Amino acid sequence: MKIDWAAIGSVFGVSLVATVALVAVFTLGVAGLSRRERAAAQGNSAALAVTGAYVCFAACAAAVAYGIYLIMAKA
Amino acid sequence: MENFSLILAIVVVTALAFDFTNGFHDTANAMATTISTGALKPKVAVAMSATLNLVGAFLSVEVANTISKGLVDETGIRPEVIFAALVGAILWNLLTWLVGLPSSSSHALMGGLIGATIASAGTGAVHGDALVTKVLLPAIAAPLVAGLAAMFATRFSYSISKNADGEATRKGYRAGQIASAGLVSLAHGTNDAQKTMGIITLALIAGGVIAPDSNPPTWVILSAGLAIALGTYIGGWRIIRTMGKGLTDLQPQQGFAAQTSAATAILASSHLGFSLSTTHVVSGSVMGAGLGRKGGAVRWSTATRMVVAWALTLPAAALVAALAESVTDLGDWGTAVVAVLLVAASVAIWRISRREVVDHSNVNDVEQPTGVVTAAIAAVTPPPAGTVTEELTATIPAPAPAPASDSAPAV
Repeated sequence: MKIDWAAIGSVFGVSLVATVALVAVFTLGVAGLSRRERAAAQGNSAALAVTGAYVCFAACAAAVAYGIYLIMAKA
Repeated sequence: MENFSLILAIVVVTALAFDFTNGFHDTANAMATTISTGALKPKVAVAMSATLNLVGAFLSVEVANTISKGLVDETGIRPEVIFAALVGAILWNLLTWLVGLPSSSSHALMGGLIGATIASAGTGAVHGDALVTKVLLPAIAAPLVAGLAAMFATRFSYSISKNADGEATRKGYRAGQIASAGLVSLAHGTNDAQKTMGIITLALIAGGVIAPDSNPPTWVILSAGLAIALGTYIGGWRIIRTMGKGLTDLQPQQGFAAQTSAATAILASSHLGFSLSTTHVVSGSVMGAGLGRKGGAVRWSTATRMVVAWALTLPAAALVAALAESVTDLGDWGTAVVAVLLVAASVAIWRISRREVVDHSNVNDVEQPTGVVTAAIAAVTPPPAGTVTEELTATIPAPAPAPASDSAPAV
């Protein structure tokens, strides 16, 4: 019996790294937006946080696009 | 499509019925966390998942082309064998739905194929190696991979932003959950709808209607996509409840981590050639997300029941399929008997389910109908074949159409 440990290992590694990275980036984005919310409540602006948030969300959107590409490119 | 024999027609209808059960069995995989955290209204969630399943079905035919290769010898496989395999898979799907347990539809299908093949051609026709590497190992690896990823992601996410409240946070996680659930739905459509396409194509080849090595005909792609979308839209609310509320209590942040881990694991595995069952992945990631939050807890009793169902899936479907195959072997009337039995059993299961209705209105209610669950578990544990015959005698006069044959007009 030939067990493809390499495939299992890479699925394991990729899933772990990609998930943690994606969730972390997205969490940062959300945190940025909620900082704006708090800043707005105090009459301040939080331009840096908001820019950072949009960069984070763009990265997530790119990941989703890549996911769709993977689904479609299976042919 | 000129000489379309009766048995082929039956196989096609049964395959579409399986596809339908596959759809409503697996709605939970994509949408359970989205529904339980309130990111989407139940009806909206299933509609979205159904649409994406349909879209996914058209994206590629690659999975359909590789289906069933390697696990059993395709040479000399007859339409009756495929029919028997589908009978086993459908019945197992319906039974697990009745008790609200998520189990892998692919395992049910593979179990059915294995059982029917053994009954038809002996144990030699099944590749034991393939069984271990394609079924057993992934079944163990899937929840571990997705669960660990979800656990670390949840932990990390909570350590970055501790108290997640406020409008922006709520909206953010809501959008994130919807996006990752959409990806899971899309991936599910490409994988699972195509399994049915593959089965139908296999049957058509076996019946000599289309040439070997053909791609699935357009009507097959269309009807399989529609069957799985319809099933998804009907929604396996019982399973959604177990997955979304029964295993653990999820906050939006955890729901997002769970769903993202599931989407990543599914895509990574199918891309790297080590296919994991969607059901196992999502169950694992939900539990992982539950463990990742401080104070979060997993209901191990529910988890244990689920794992038992996983372990039983393949042998149970195989056993039913083997029995069905040995009956269809008796001749055309045998096939008819099996078809009638299947319809009768489906009606019976549906009737039992009406005693304790779970639908979009009460899917998030936490109380578990333990009475029904334990009773049904008791019915599952002995070989399901016994229950099938009992149900037959009980319900054969029932004139109501079976839910399983809903997709019949699609032929």
